[in-house]
Amino acid sequence: MMDTPARQLSGSVCPRLPRGVRLTHNEAQGGWVLLAPERVFKADAITVEILKRCTGETTLNAIVDDLARAFAAPRERIHADVVNLLGSLADKKLLELG
Amino acid sequence: MTTNGASLPAPLGLLAELTHRCPLGCPYCSNPLALDRRDDELDSATWGRVFNEAAALGVLQVHLSGGEPAARRDLPEIVRAACEAGLYSNLITSAVGLTPQNLAVLADAGLDHVQISIQDSDEASADHIAGYKSASARKRAIAKEVVRLGLPLTVNMVVHRANIARIESMVELALSLGASRVEIAHVQYYGWALKNRAALMPSREQVEQAVRQVEMLRARHHGQIVIDAVVPDYFARFPKPCVGGWGRRSLNVTPAGRVLPCHAAEVIPGLEFWNVREHSLADIWRSSPAFLTFRGTDWMQEPCKSCARRDQDFGGCRCQAFLLTGDARAADPVCHLSPQHALVEHLAAAGEDVAYSYRSS
Repeated sequence: MMDTPARQLSGSVCPRLPRGVRLTHNEAQGGWVLLAPERVFKADAITVEILKRCTGETTLNAIVDDLARAFAAPRERIHADVVNLLGSLADKKLLELG
Repeated sequence: MTTNGASLPAPLGLLAELTHRCPLGCPYCSNPLALDRRDDELDSATWGRVFNEAAALGVLQVHLSGGEPAARRDLPEIVRAACEAGLYSNLITSAVGLTPQNLAVLADAGLDHVQISIQDSDEASADHIAGYKSASARKRAIAKEVVRLGLPLTVNMVVHRANIARIESMVELALSLGASRVEIAHVQYYGWALKNRAALMPSREQVEQAVRQVEMLRARHHGQIVIDAVVPDYFARFPKPCVGGWGRRSLNVTPAGRVLPCHAAEVIPGLEFWNVREHSLADIWRSSPAFLTFRGTDWMQEPCKSCARRDQDFGGCRCQAFLLTGDARAADPVCHLSPQHALVEHLAAAGEDVAYSYRSS
């Protein structure tokens, strides 16, 4: 299978979970899960923090700023993690980049 | 506890067969030959109770299926109940029986996702396979309506001898309808599909070409549509991890309320199935004899028992092992390590252009 190039995302996109994709907590399944058409993904703590901020009204830049502040972590590192996650979710049609 | 002492797994998915009524006659239908009667169908209140019990067990997604779920006039109540139970709801439908109006009602009731079956990109062929004239036109119209309402759409395409050469145009069709996902579901031989096996069986060359096509299409359409493919296991070396393991990831409730580890399990003689009219879902999942029989790995015989893959594919499919070898504990003979694998090779070469026995009650 062809390698896909690393994604670039503009800082002004407003990401959000589309209809039919849900982040939900389930005790019996041991934590947070991302539900999508006929697929379920375990969502780790970092994924949850990023996706909670994807309301469709916040820009990627603002999300990164907020996370860098909340977790006292280097902005560049957070930016790379966020772009990787959101890019791969968008490719799987699990995220809309408004 | 499972038969090897591991803790009881929590199921992820519930297949809710709301009815066995369906206007189509697809020869590959996985429903049993003996279809449940309308009189025996669970009412929406009982489904609501089942959904609540399922959610408490850990189930995350409910697949509203059948037969044709839209044949149920109380489908909106059922969808609402799934939503209120906190389950992600997926409607698995032929689209025949849906209208723009009733689809809007389902969307308002909280439906999360719709999966529409499309039998072929060639409309005449599609209608012939479904045994229903104008099915193809109805499906395309409803697919567009699903997308217009803002619901995510998966197009499910069962692939077999009659349409396997058109995978590329079938995927392009799914894209043009606005689907975010397409399932290339090579037919599996249970129920009516087993009855029609020779008519459905593709050649090995066709299967190999299909695999190459899917890879090419995934590369071409990366980021535009997700292409999931179900392997044609008669042509594989190893078996599929059927339903993610017996009594491990999912459960199936029939229209009359029997709870099965998988949709085909009633073919295996000697299994005792419990009914939601008499037991709670938790009780059934934990203790029903049918679920206990093949949960875990203690039931295995060689070569599965000491195989390095036993926790990966669980010895394949119990129903298929029974159907093909007469022994539900045998290795699924699609596995090349099965002593009966030659039988599968023989069946895989036995496709022929013969008429369908259409699904009917």
